[in-house]
Amino acid sequence: MQRRVLNAALALACAMLPALASAQPRTRLTVYTALENEQLAPFKQAAEAAVPGVEIAWVRDSTGVITARLIAERQNPRADLVWGLSVFSLLQMEALSMLEPYTPAGAEALRPNFRSDRSPMTWTGMDAFVSAICFNTMVAQQRGLPRPGTWADLLNPAFRGQIAMPNPASSGTGFLTVAGWIGSMGAERAWDYMTKLHENVQVYTHSGSAPCNNAARGEYGLGISLDMRAVTLKNQGAPVEIIVPTDGVGFDLEGTAILRGSRNMEAARKLADFAVTRAANELYGRFYAVLALPGVQAAVRGYPAEFEQRLVSQDFREVALKRDEILRDWAARFDGKSAPRN
Amino acid sequence: MREAPLRAGLWLALALLGIGLVLPLGTVLLRAFEDAEGGFAGLANILAYARTPALRLAAWNSLWTAALTTLLTVPLAFLYAYGLTRACLPARPAFRAVMLLPVLAPSLLPALALITLFGNQGLLRGMLGGGSLYGPVGIVAAQVFYCFPHAAIILSVALGMADARLYEAAAALRAGRWRVFWTVTLPGARYGLVSATTVVFTLVVTDFGIPKVIGGQFPVLATDVYKQVVGLQNFNMGAVVGLVLLLPAVGGFLLDRWAEGQRSATLSGRAVAYQPRPRPARDVPLLLLCLLVAGFLLGIVGVACWSSLIRFWPWNLSLTLDNYDFARFDAAGWGTVWTSVRMAAWVALIGTPLAFGTAWLLERGAPGGLLSSVLRFVAGLPLAVPGLVLGLGTILFFNHPANPLGFLYGTLGLLVLNSLVHFYTVPHLAAVTAIRQLDPEFEAVGASLRVPALLTFARVTVPICLPAILDIAVYFFVNAMTTVSAVIFLYGPETKPASIAVVHMDEAGQASAAAAMACAILGVTVAVKLAQLAMAGVVERATQGWRAR
Repeated sequence: MQRRVLNAALALACAMLPALASAQPRTRLTVYTALENEQLAPFKQAAEAAVPGVEIAWVRDSTGVITARLIAERQNPRADLVWGLSVFSLLQMEALSMLEPYTPAGAEALRPNFRSDRSPMTWTGMDAFVSAICFNTMVAQQRGLPRPGTWADLLNPAFRGQIAMPNPASSGTGFLTVAGWIGSMGAERAWDYMTKLHENVQVYTHSGSAPCNNAARGEYGLGISLDMRAVTLKNQGAPVEIIVPTDGVGFDLEGTAILRGSRNMEAARKLADFAVTRAANELYGRFYAVLALPGVQAAVRGYPAEFEQRLVSQDFREVALKRDEILRDWAARFDGKSAPRN
Repeated sequence: MREAPLRAGLWLALALLGIGLVLPLGTVLLRAFEDAEGGFAGLANILAYARTPALRLAAWNSLWTAALTTLLTVPLAFLYAYGLTRACLPARPAFRAVMLLPVLAPSLLPALALITLFGNQGLLRGMLGGGSLYGPVGIVAAQVFYCFPHAAIILSVALGMADARLYEAAAALRAGRWRVFWTVTLPGARYGLVSATTVVFTLVVTDFGIPKVIGGQFPVLATDVYKQVVGLQNFNMGAVVGLVLLLPAVGGFLLDRWAEGQRSATLSGRAVAYQPRPRPARDVPLLLLCLLVAGFLLGIVGVACWSSLIRFWPWNLSLTLDNYDFARFDAAGWGTVWTSVRMAAWVALIGTPLAFGTAWLLERGAPGGLLSSVLRFVAGLPLAVPGLVLGLGTILFFNHPANPLGFLYGTLGLLVLNSLVHFYTVPHLAAVTAIRQLDPEFEAVGASLRVPALLTFARVTVPICLPAILDIAVYFFVNAMTTVSAVIFLYGPETKPASIAVVHMDEAGQASAAAAMACAILGVTVAVKLAQLAMAGVVERATQGWRAR
């Protein structure tokens, strides 16, 4: 009896062994990213097809968490590359000399404000995204909420407890929204605005998509979120309206960079080359409307027209270098209402 | 008896527990007194903690929600266990099975179900009378569900052992029912009550999944550790909060140890097992209560599974399997479930022989000595260590640049080691109990026949204890499948377990997919539990026939 049990156990153990010690003929690149979950599979597939001999292992988390992790690991880096991380984080890492200078082949063709101004470059851009309001029309009807058209409209007492917003410390969307307010209103008025907005906010969430997802489910009346999430949900049939406020919205670039100290430098460079190609930009265009490479038509539908004009002008480096300070200030004022893990 | 190989076995167990438990915990202790650059900070971190009002508030919140949950859960579990052991209820095995259900699911499952029922779009939100589920209300409700089986199991064991002669004596003395209850039943279950109370309190303080999902803006200790470590990558402050988290757990552990020491043998050899006789005035209310509780447990699980099938909550309630297409929500897709299954299988495969073998060596193999006492103490320790603290210590210890074991960082091996150590105590105690029930004469007879001790172990001890061994293996498997708190710091790019995927999906606001993943985990654990029941019958017949006369 016990021999049979033992044999069965042994057979089971042997069956599981290959999984533990699988052979790896391809170069495995550890890529840290803050891309949305549904982007990971198509991006991996396209990149591995275009760059033979490379395998991508994603480590995904919200912008703030991935940035904190990269900075914490800088003595002993685990990532080869970042692909799909906020330019604010990239510039902060540049200032810490964490990025490998390398100009990917063809990077000069990108829009000038979508690539590093250093030579060789330290990062290249992919696409731009903006903060937008996900407004649940169904809940609005039930609770009699007016449709907000501007950021200022959100201060209306009717929205008390109806707003979800991403925490800027963990979420890239949250940070670009705050940076956008500071950029368009000036620091003093922006903090004043946020203090008043705080009265209406029900929760500050960990991730940038959560406010929109939760607004779509009607848990909150509206969520401050990123445009892409809102467009995707609307295309899925959620009763949300995407509002890009007319009084100026912050925007952010997602970018690619190689980490200094990568143990697979050659493969990392090949992937960085791919990230600026037309094929890669068409991939980005399946989710975002404003792309780094001029002349690529975005395939995504449902974006509000003329939204490029509403973007505030932004000095990324100046804001990036103040990122820590802004987050400290923000936490001191508003952290009590954060969802866990911020 | 050749002692050298037996001692080697003990050393192996001690080495594993040392690497997986003692050294990581030591690292947490050290880090709490370090500054960001690695220098000695003295009490600076602890003072900084004490001066931060938000962190102090979290400690208070943890304490009072845990106390409230304990106050609700323990009496309820007591009545349920009382019904199972001291009343004549129909379908007792079914009630027992339903009681175990929450153990088989990750703690996030009740939280997700409660949101479906009482969230801002919940089906029954009117019952909250305008209050919000997010915060203490949701935390306590979900914790009662999650902690119920732990208390009920302990109490049904405590109430299951009763000496009928005491009741006969009480009847002969014409004691009233209440008097018998207060003077015979309750004192008999006293230590079970202490145990259940400390277990529930510790579970609530250290659980992380429920406040994460349903806590809203209500800070508690468990989420604070996470916030400091994952959100801010402030490992030193995380270590300080971890130490605070360790306090109630260690306090509960010591209290339980003390109660254990007070206990004299409740059942002597001459005891007569108590058999309840039908009495409607007692049985009917208890049956109603048990039905209510079982209905609540089944209902929560049912709601979670139903919500996982909904196309677009709450606007389109038609059913679909789309939410089970996990690749849409998480890059690893179903891979996370297989990772969990592989991890849990390894934990069971390695942990079961280790726990059982070590228990046998301690009880029958290499007698006495300092090594045995140290090992006994260390084997009891994991019960008092919250998963988050163990996980934090493991990441700090294994990611230290000077650690030669650093290659384990982010691998399945580390997840296996961590879960094995985290859940080691209960299997260890179960194995010790099973072995102590065996007559030591077996070994003596074997020795006199010059049969090597290991052969006696393989031919006699293991087959006799096979049901207990099966229990241990399933315990390891189920806990490794559902654990969140320890592994949340430890997974790597290729080794994300399913329970962590639930957290991440919920974090992104994909509540239906999170519920689907939680139900997938539940499916695996239920299947394993059923397989165990099926196998138990076979094993029983093959190895336990000699017990019957």
